[in-house]
Amino acid sequence: MTGGRDVAGQTPVCEVVDLVKHFGPVRAVDGVSLRVDAATVVALVGESGSGKSTVGRLIVRLLEPTEGTVRLAGHDVSHLSRRAMRPHRRTVSIVFQDPASSLDPRLTVGGIVGEPLRLHGVASRDRARQVGEMLEKVGLRGSVAERYAHELSGGQRQRVSIARALVSNPSLLVADEPTSALDVSVQASVLNLLADLQRDLGFACLFITHDLSAVEYLADEVAVMYLGKLAEQGPREQIFNSPRHPYTQSLLSAAPVPDPSAQRARRRVVLSGDIPSPVNPPSGCRFHTRCPVAVERCSTEVPELRLAGGSEVACHLVADDGTGPDVRRGDSAPEPATAASGEPS
Amino acid sequence: MATVEAPLVDPPRVAGARLRRGRAVRRLLRSPLAVTGLVVLCVAVLAALLAPLLAPYGPSDAHFDARFDPPGSPGYVLGTDSLGRDIFSRILFGLRASLLVGVLSVLLALVVGVPLGLIAGYFSKLDGVISRLTDLVLAFPFLILAVGLAAIRGASLSNAALAIGIAQVPGIIRVTRSETLRLKSLDYVAAAVAEGASDLWVLARHIFPNATSVLIVQATVAIPAAILGEAVLSFLGLGIQPPSPSLGTMLSEAQQAISRAPWTAVIPGLAIMVVTLAFNLFGDGLRDALDPRASRR
Repeated sequence: MTGGRDVAGQTPVCEVVDLVKHFGPVRAVDGVSLRVDAATVVALVGESGSGKSTVGRLIVRLLEPTEGTVRLAGHDVSHLSRRAMRPHRRTVSIVFQDPASSLDPRLTVGGIVGEPLRLHGVASRDRARQVGEMLEKVGLRGSVAERYAHELSGGQRQRVSIARALVSNPSLLVADEPTSALDVSVQASVLNLLADLQRDLGFACLFITHDLSAVEYLADEVAVMYLGKLAEQGPREQIFNSPRHPYTQSLLSAAPVPDPSAQRARRRVVLSGDIPSPVNPPSGCRFHTRCPVAVERCSTEVPELRLAGGSEVACHLVADDGTGPDVRRGDSAPEPATAASGEPS
Repeated sequence: MATVEAPLVDPPRVAGARLRRGRAVRRLLRSPLAVTGLVVLCVAVLAALLAPLLAPYGPSDAHFDARFDPPGSPGYVLGTDSLGRDIFSRILFGLRASLLVGVLSVLLALVVGVPLGLIAGYFSKLDGVISRLTDLVLAFPFLILAVGLAAIRGASLSNAALAIGIAQVPGIIRVTRSETLRLKSLDYVAAAVAEGASDLWVLARHIFPNATSVLIVQATVAIPAAILGEAVLSFLGLGIQPPSPSLGTMLSEAQQAISRAPWTAVIPGLAIMVVTLAFNLFGDGLRDALDPRASRR
């Protein structure tokens, strides 16, 4: 189902299969399969409203999936109760987007970072030492432990949030847009910190973001989400160098490149309209309403995620060898004959 | 390697809790309105406690030679009432009853209402039951409750406090519930759950502490309301029994003589107003001071 690059015999830190989450009529997540192997960074990319944060919250089991399975280190935790879930909480931690609301204003930084340790029964003397060490690892002075979150800057708060997530030494960190609420000037330093910590501590990371430059910098693998479904998934180089799905291509064309001449030479694909409502998603391929190369088949038949030239793609127009239209070259909808030849037999 | 992005000023070497309480007190003392409220409240509480020492006469001592003396008469600073009782002395003793009922009834309402409000807000399955019961109590006329209690258990100060306390439970439940609903959707609660915190832990360590500032404000609104409630009950003869004074009974007794001796009504009325206002000012100041996010002025 998932993972073009299965590591033989190794249990993934986290694996979700056909994950579905509906909030009443809202189909936030509609059949997502992903795996995160030990010590790898998987980026989950998508616009706001694509359901990427919901996937994160399902994995840490703040939400219960409507359908599908969530496995943490091989254990099915999809429908565990709060109590039964507790032993698995050490496996996975989460960092939220907005550090202003994710740190309790009534607790000191020491209390916040020490809380997971308290919950896991670490004695108070060891706790203070571990909290101090963790604060230093995230680049804060130990004396910050006595302060309150509101006394810190946004970047410092997010460091506290990261310290809290990592103090219990989880094997998976779910980072839900950890930098998008921060000033641009401190985003880079927090990203650097995450990269350094990931390398030093060796945890796996599901990095949820819409910031493609951060993805290119951090991720080993990339999964692109659109309206509750995965559009494309594969190794980072593959996704960045030869994106197959028209949505991935347009996302990449929207991200600026550092070289001005290259930037000028590029053709930007502007997608018309907003992401459609997940209450009533488009029929067939969910991207067909905004896809510049959509053909008739796209509006009737749901494309399955399948291996095509190094990455997994959910698009009728991409052939099994990965060839297909590139919206960045200005390809338009192919003739019916071409489309037919691009279909899997 | 990661570095601190801005140099941090080392905080004073004080333990966290002490540091915060010290700051809250300092912030409180910086607000002139809150200090005014606090001073008035302290004076009122001291006056009530020391009533036997401060009062020139006993609260029920009648002086038939000095009926309806206006304020400023020799020997009677605030005048006398229809029986020639010293109004100043009666105000001092009346404050005792009023403050006692105010504080006791609100304490009762908090003890009952806060846990129920937390449960209703946090456990959505129990919300329906508790909220409907709250509506039921709210729909039940407060005076009928007080009359019923007085009929069953006799009219007294403690029964007045009980009736007022019960009447205030729904308000406390609602405020606690809505604050709990707001807080439980915040990410720091989600973070605690993701770390494996139990419901009790989340409620006790995150939700209740963050709800306290709202509750304190609610209590400082409820105490003056309870003092007014006590005045109403005493006015109707359902609270403290004459000749023991409370601000309410004084108002009640003054109504027959209001045109002849308006001060007999105005002075206890003013006393109620001043105490009520002082509670409200102090409550507002306390809320601002207890909120760690409040800007430091």
